[in-house]
Amino acid sequence: MIAELGLAALWLAAALAGLQTIAGFLAVRANKRTELGALIRPAAVVQGVFAGLSFCALLYVFAITDLSVKLVASNSHALKPMVFKLSGAWGNHEGSMLLWVTVMALAGGLIAVVERRLPDRTMQATLAAQGFVALGFYAFLLLSSNPFERLPVPATEGMGLNPLLQDIGLAFHPPTLYFGYVGLSIAFSFAVGALLTRQVNPDFARAMRPWVLGAWVFLTIGITAGSYWAYYELGWGGWWFWDPVENASLMPWLAATALLHSASVLAARDALRVWTIMLGVVAFSMSMLGTFLVRSGILTSVHSFAVDPERGTFILLLLALYIGGALLLFALRASTISEGKRFAIASREGALVVNNVMLSAILAIVLLGTLYPLLTEAFDVRVSVGPPYFNPVGAIFVVPMLLVMAVGPLLRWRQDRFTRISREMTVLATILVAALVVVALLGDVALLPLLGLALAAMLAFASFLPLRGRKLTRIPIATWGMVVAHFGIAVALFGMASESAFTEERLAALEPGGTTQVDDWAITLDAVVPVAGPNWTAIEGQLSARIDDGDPIEMRPQSRTFWAPPQQTAESVLATRWNGQLYAVMGDAAGDGRWQVRLWWKPFVTFIWYGGLLVALGGVLAIIGRVMDDLRRRSVRRRAAARREDAVSLESTT
Amino acid sequence: MSGWRLWVPLMLFAGFIGVAGYQLSQPKNEFIESRMVGRELPYFALRPATTDRPGIASAQFSDGQPRLLNIWASWCVPCVAEAPYLEQLKEQGAAIVGVAIRDRPEDVARFLERHGNPYTAIGSDDLSEVQFAIGSSGVPETFVIDGQGRITHQHIGDIRESDVPVLLEKLREAGA
Repeated sequence: MIAELGLAALWLAAALAGLQTIAGFLAVRANKRTELGALIRPAAVVQGVFAGLSFCALLYVFAITDLSVKLVASNSHALKPMVFKLSGAWGNHEGSMLLWVTVMALAGGLIAVVERRLPDRTMQATLAAQGFVALGFYAFLLLSSNPFERLPVPATEGMGLNPLLQDIGLAFHPPTLYFGYVGLSIAFSFAVGALLTRQVNPDFARAMRPWVLGAWVFLTIGITAGSYWAYYELGWGGWWFWDPVENASLMPWLAATALLHSASVLAARDALRVWTIMLGVVAFSMSMLGTFLVRSGILTSVHSFAVDPERGTFILLLLALYIGGALLLFALRASTISEGKRFAIASREGALVVNNVMLSAILAIVLLGTLYPLLTEAFDVRVSVGPPYFNPVGAIFVVPMLLVMAVGPLLRWRQDRFTRISREMTVLATILVAALVVVALLGDVALLPLLGLALAAMLAFASFLPLRGRKLTRIPIATWGMVVAHFGIAVALFGMASESAFTEERLAALEPGGTTQVDDWAITLDAVVPVAGPNWTAIEGQLSARIDDGDPIEMRPQSRTFWAPPQQTAESVLATRWNGQLYAVMGDAAGDGRWQVRLWWKPFVTFIWYGGLLVALGGVLAIIGRVMDDLRRRSVRRRAAARREDAVSLESTT
Repeated sequence: MSGWRLWVPLMLFAGFIGVAGYQLSQPKNEFIESRMVGRELPYFALRPATTDRPGIASAQFSDGQPRLLNIWASWCVPCVAEAPYLEQLKEQGAAIVGVAIRDRPEDVARFLERHGNPYTAIGSDDLSEVQFAIGSSGVPETFVIDGQGRITHQHIGDIRESDVPVLLEKLREAGA
């Protein structure tokens, strides 16, 4: 019964999305106040409610493990802990798509309620676009991936008791990225709405900005967590593999980063109108493209997903419809959007434009590298593109971007002279050169990590420079957000460069009792014991690691063999110090009673993820600051209106 | 920005949709072909994987006799499926050497006892080093090696009944 209600709610939500779309486009065409136009906001709100109900119904059937529902029977089990029963609701294709449209519909409802700055017509166009995008996803769910499908005969037992998938990180990693993608879909709707009505102005940027920032925060957290997961779970000692699935999450982030900076320029200075619209379209395109690449299985990846060509075709059609449509609209309309305000190259806007171009170039490089295998495969050549391409080619644009990023926030809007900040620039250049020299003297460091360390030092200092000479308590929260986020980039960069420059690796074949040395660590293999789990057996190495005569740290890496499905995994173990991590992986028997143990000492590697979290924190601060500004501006406007009314009534009485 | 430049994103996107749509309609080929086909075997020397057959070394392949080099493992299920066809190949005169991947002598012995032993020699590749060196990415795979120690053909996956004449033909070509 609940499942049928859920399905009914989903159909109703889809119908409302249809209404929202049609009413919206008709109202925009009519270009005057119509009764249809009055329907749009309520339709968006009720659509959100129905989608929410539908998702609650899915959570319910998972919570009670209703085995007559196909999705529950194939993805859950009565014996799972409750939290994994619930997360099982979105831990599969159908459920995750339902979560996606639910969040999208709720976000649509929210903008319908709170967004009052934009002209009515632009808002109608925005909600029409939002309804149209949602409609495609509803169609996808209802026509090809119905989550509420019943089994003709209820299953006696669920099939989803795979302990591998019962991981709290895995339960929350995909929704985090989805929130990011959905936020970008809202930005996309704003961009399309603005294109339809040619209303591109600072208010449009201010309305869009919290959604872009929110999406960006979620994407940042998602990528950071995903990278750490790959680092400790895959047991290869690396933290980024340029795998298509990783790139699929990185590309929307790059586009969102560019978008949020250009939206800031538009909000503050009414410049970069067309460019901001373009990025709004591109950012959401990248989300959909990522989803397509991951779900269609068109590219081979280390992440294995349940893939289905039919679903791939459906997503490709949606992609063609929305992105193709938006780009067509862009080509037709962009030339009629009036030019924004002009600015000098030496200005805050100028620096932001340079960084936007750099970010777009990096995005293009990642996109090309990700799609290149797809292109060559059409000519029957199979290639895989990896770090030897991405790292140096990306660096060509990352290095100038970081240099501009250090200086840009010091410049004034509209027009400035570099001579005004010559003192700051001298200090920064000194730090850069000094760091280069010190690191180069320290040892044999490759070019990219060397540059990375020096740039990180400079950027860490530079990120606090915008605070100089100001009273700390009077600095806007959004500015703190920028400072923290930029500092986070420096911290992450330091972690990456340090990991790549100073990591020590040791592959040792040890007898029980034997000791090996990695950096300052002496690691002893005390014993090797077999361990059995519910569906695996493992060889566990019992290691004790110590520095000098300090207390030993127990480390127990395992080499696990699963039998259903048969597969071997390395359960790595990390010992975290403030200045780095010791990473241990158990290998196979080397014969003659010795065991292979792979050890890494990775100085400051944790800074990569601390940096990522700082960047996300900066984003959160920026959202708080912007939303508070908006509320303040709104109350000022209201008070001014009230005062004006008073004045008018006063005049009429005298 | 104006004119034709505004159409560039749409054109690029259309190109992508075309390629992606074409690729989606193509059957996906999951096989990774070895780049070593047509080249000399890399150097290796493997200790015996079982007590009643010798190990193998790359030097032995240059004695003028073409051979099948079968990459397998006792823990591999498709290897059980292909065992009878390896037996057939042997009966029809093929010389087959095995490379056991990440295996234990007692498991190898048990497998051979149960499913037959078509091999003249079996080397033990504990770390998949030889497997990777000759460009094999999975188990089972079978390579045709000619009398000069050159890899002339790669068969990916288990050998089915229909593959037996094909492999015999490849062996004959390699001997010619």
